Amino acid sequence: MSASRPRTLFDKIWDSHVVERLPDGTCILYIDRHLLHEVTSPQAFEGLRMAGRKLRRPDCTIAVADHNIPTTDRRAGIKEEDSRIQVETLEKNVKEFGVPYIPILDVRQGIVHIIGPELGLSLPGTTIVCGDSHTSTHGALGALAFGIGTSEVEHVMATQTLLQNPAKNMQIDVSGTLGFGCSAKDIVLAIIGKITTAGGNGHVIEYTGDTIRALDMAGRCTVSNMSIEAGARAGLIAPDQTTFDYVRGREFAPKGEAFEQAVAYWKTLPTDPGAHYDTIVRLTTAEIAPMVTWGTTPGAVVPVTGVVPNPSDEPDEGKRAQLQRMLEYMALTPGQAMQDLPIDVVFIGSCTNGRIEDIRAAAAVAKGRRVADGVQALVVPGSGLVKRQAEEEGLDRVLLEAGFEWREPCCSMCLGMNPDKLTPGQRCASTSNRNFEGRQGPGGRTHLLSPAMAAAAAVTGRLTDVRQLV
Amino acid sequence: MEAFTTLTAIAAPMPMQNIDTDKIIPARFLKTIKRSGLGVHLFDPLRFDKDGNEKPDFVLNQEPYRKAQVIIAHENFGCGSSREHAPWALLDFGIRCIIAPDFADIFYNNSFKNGILPIRLPRAVCDQLIDDTKMGGNARVTVDLARQVVIRPNGEEISFDVDPFRKHSLLNGLDDIGQTLQHGAQIDGFEAKRRQSQPWMPATTA
Repeated sequence: MSASRPRTLFDKIWDSHVVERLPDGTCILYIDRHLLHEVTSPQAFEGLRMAGRKLRRPDCTIAVADHNIPTTDRRAGIKEEDSRIQVETLEKNVKEFGVPYIPILDVRQGIVHIIGPELGLSLPGTTIVCGDSHTSTHGALGALAFGIGTSEVEHVMATQTLLQNPAKNMQIDVSGTLGFGCSAKDIVLAIIGKITTAGGNGHVIEYTGDTIRALDMAGRCTVSNMSIEAGARAGLIAPDQTTFDYVRGREFAPKGEAFEQAVAYWKTLPTDPGAHYDTIVRLTTAEIAPMVTWGTTPGAVVPVTGVVPNPSDEPDEGKRAQLQRMLEYMALTPGQAMQDLPIDVVFIGSCTNGRIEDIRAAAAVAKGRRVADGVQALVVPGSGLVKRQAEEEGLDRVLLEAGFEWREPCCSMCLGMNPDKLTPGQRCASTSNRNFEGRQGPGGRTHLLSPAMAAAAAVTGRLTDVRQLV
Repeated sequence: MEAFTTLTAIAAPMPMQNIDTDKIIPARFLKTIKRSGLGVHLFDPLRFDKDGNEKPDFVLNQEPYRKAQVIIAHENFGCGSSREHAPWALLDFGIRCIIAPDFADIFYNNSFKNGILPIRLPRAVCDQLIDDTKMGGNARVTVDLARQVVIRPNGEEISFDVDPFRKHSLLNGLDDIGQTLQHGAQIDGFEAKRRQSQPWMPATTA
């Protein structure tokens, strides 16, 4: 590859990881970090065992259980048998194959996409994969990070590589100062509303612009996390001083001279002037307000001051039918104001919004207020370290005094694999990433929004413009 | 993996956009440590009511589509999660081919690894094929991977694209891992070079 051709951040990471280009253009791509969890790994370990294969690089692999475990006291173990078997299977497999494992009762346990950056496992310029679509999160550090299926998990275990075709480059540039009451979640919801849930298919999205540069690492993680909801293979944000300052001193990050060497390399990664993007999208912060989804795809989103759209305004018959179906599932009527909607449950957490900054934002709104009557409000920190930090700051007291529940870290109600689920017909204000039918429990109705907006909904009992409360 | 060569089968019409992985198989059915047996939960929220009874208006609960091996759908099929349980459930039910205007990337990849052929065709063609499925019990669609054509019940051939590596693997039922391991020396060489150029890269075993 000629060094003179201007390259994007994606091109540079890609080029530096191609082990071999096969005659038809498929590449054997080297993987630096493989993150494992209990749901998508058992069949892969079983595949290795059946074929008599070894796990090639345990020292590039790390495992944690996060999807299935309860958010209540774990010392008693997992009550649900199938969940318990999945976690026990992971523990048995990591022992057999020599994979480093973070146990459930370890303070570092948490959602895999929270702990990767937090422990310094996710580094700029690296390739990171996990059998989970929200692996796109780690792109916030300038790593090429993407979700894979279980066959590919097994492929990485056996070969430390994947067979991949290069993605197209998409630039999403966001400029301007973020408005009062707005956060990273509102940026990414506005982006998905604009480009649709299939807008990023076949692309890796690089987020650029002064609005993105001004975000802290938590905000960058929130934006990159939801790249997959726009259909993109991965999201990327160029590493800069914010990134280096974040990585420095974390448990697994390079130390001393090695760190300086790494930073020197990381500084070569940002996109060259004149590099080619296949698709370019521009937004200004004028298009971004506190956002909330009304439908059952993350692209069905409006500002909280907006109304439920009318399917009859949609010219395409297929899209019109989908809008109609979404309205029926969500029990909404065209023209209804989002702010009128009463909610039953609030969920603050997930790999999208389970970081300390998210909990601070929620606590700031909750402070001195009470969760509305009849509303259940759950706060689930993304990791044990986030939980400990929040407790050191007294945020747990603020939230508990306001009537929120303060839980143990895991994926929880984002996808309802553990006991935290919506019941049919319940309406939830959720800081998670997907509002698909049944995602948070069969028949449950999900509205995606930011942590501050979720806290505002909790204390008023309805979807609320957080700007009225702060 | 079972090879895919040609298939002549009943096709089920699912003219919906964004058929996401939570519709194909909800998360509560992912608590398995096996690949098999997921077909009974395929499309659970569309197929069954809350008491577990079949919903008569859902296509796979109707004749002749109960025996469908092909699904024809609208845009962005398989969006959402990376769960390979989605193609496992489809395969376990008997689905070997999905035709849609486009697919979510991870689902598209996962399908090939399980002997399922996802075919991208323009929306207007998908709608034509959806009309064909309503012609009654004898209407069959044929998919010929070697020649890269879909053959309508009236004999009309529609060609489709597929990348050569995936086509070769699917036609021969080849396991990707075995193929990649033939490049073991190159992987060794790559790792040796990186230890030199990026000595700062930490291990997870630290």
